[in-house]
Amino acid sequence: MSSATNTLPTGWAWYVGILTVLSLLWCLWILVSNSKKIEPKDQPELHGQNVWDGLREYDNPLPKWWSNLFYITVIFAVGYLALFPGLAILPGYLGWSSSDRYKKEVAEVNAEVDPIFNAYLKQDVATVANDKGALQIGGRLFQTYCVQCHGSDMRGSKGFPNLVDADWLYPGTPDAIKTTIMDGRVGAMPSFAGQLKPEQIKDVSQFVLTLSGRSASKDAALRGEETFKQICSACHGASGKGNVALGAPNLTDDVWLYSGTAAAIEEAVVKGRAGVMPAQKDQLGEARVHLLAAYVYAQSREAAPKTPAQ
Amino acid sequence: MKLTHDTIERKTGLLIALVIFVVSIGGLVEIVPLFFQKDLIEPVAGLKPYEPLRLVGRDIYVREGCYNCHSQMIRPFRSETERYGPYSVAGEFVYDRPFQWGSKRTGPDLARVGGRYSDEWHRLHFEDPRSVVPESNMPSYAFLNRSIGGADIKARMSALKMLGHPYSQAEIDSAPAALKDKTELDALIAYLQGLGTQIKSIKG
Repeated sequence: MSSATNTLPTGWAWYVGILTVLSLLWCLWILVSNSKKIEPKDQPELHGQNVWDGLREYDNPLPKWWSNLFYITVIFAVGYLALFPGLAILPGYLGWSSSDRYKKEVAEVNAEVDPIFNAYLKQDVATVANDKGALQIGGRLFQTYCVQCHGSDMRGSKGFPNLVDADWLYPGTPDAIKTTIMDGRVGAMPSFAGQLKPEQIKDVSQFVLTLSGRSASKDAALRGEETFKQICSACHGASGKGNVALGAPNLTDDVWLYSGTAAAIEEAVVKGRAGVMPAQKDQLGEARVHLLAAYVYAQSREAAPKTPAQ
Repeated sequence: MKLTHDTIERKTGLLIALVIFVVSIGGLVEIVPLFFQKDLIEPVAGLKPYEPLRLVGRDIYVREGCYNCHSQMIRPFRSETERYGPYSVAGEFVYDRPFQWGSKRTGPDLARVGGRYSDEWHRLHFEDPRSVVPESNMPSYAFLNRSIGGADIKARMSALKMLGHPYSQAEIDSAPAALKDKTELDALIAYLQGLGTQIKSIKG
């Protein structure tokens, strides 16, 4: 079996093969030709004057133990080249290649874990969320692939949603969580810096603060309400309760993705926000995403048992 | 002149030449043929030379020594592909001069970091790595929030064109405009977001 990806041109393959064999033969010749013991009387004249203080330098063979080790390496090389594709012209008796080795390694593990994953895949996410074994697997997957943004405690950080607060930007149903992980989400709040004047932005931000009962300037909020109704309500709704279909946050619940200060709200209006959840289906595959969705759903349900998922 | 032990040891020039000959055999056999192996020298499908912003980002990556802690080569082991994605192949690095494979992983491998996190994540992470990954020991790169010099971008691209990167003259001419108002952080993030995005799964 020849390696599928080896595209070394034939001429170069022969070049490699021939040079490799010649080098081996050459090493062997040097070893043999230097192993001959020469009697002192037949010693060649070395360097013209090979006697110092009465000590004569002889051209003696290498120590036996050393040259024997060298013979062993040559024999090893012959065996190695026979078994593995070192000569380029021959695939080697074992037909080994690094990509085959990789495939075999993956296949061995898959044979063991695929039945487990596939069994869960046949159940719906909500059912899997009640399975202790599945949650253990899901927890480990979460700690490997999700913690970089959502944190090891699942509570997220500024700009990255808390998954255990029963508040959902996108629907918190089991299947919707799975869709979110599979295909990712792009929450795009556009910048309104061109559309609104600076004082309008300040006013509308004050109004947004009042939606969740935060302290705000009453006059400014009153002025900002009109702007909110005209512009912001398109995504966040007339009453500011958001829209899970768009990922537009509920502004009335005092849960803040980017902090609930006037400055942060103004920043959002001026610069816009782009909350990106990257799609995971290429990297993780559906079976793992299924388990992750179940885990996230189970954790969020446990954290807020009284709040029904939206 | 007979090529004897005696002659070789006496004539230093000859000794040097013969030593170089012997030492070069390894390279001649193991390295030179690779310059003619198709799947090592041709770009993988979809791979384009770096656009100006990403090229600048790459230079910042090299300048800041990111390769000291991050490798860009996923080896064909299951333990690596599970964490990082499909293993790397030579055709992905034909426009890297020099490639950034690295050999040290104090931080994670970055060969397929493109699209793995959002731009915003990278921005926060560069400004203060511990704001998103509390266990991280990566230094802060907040100082990259400064404008790109970029005066020599056309020269850089022309040099790469000379080495065989297929840039068109129009691409080179419009490069300075692409860098306008961009920060070094923008460039570095653009570079990272493109890494390894040509290959989504292991073929065959």
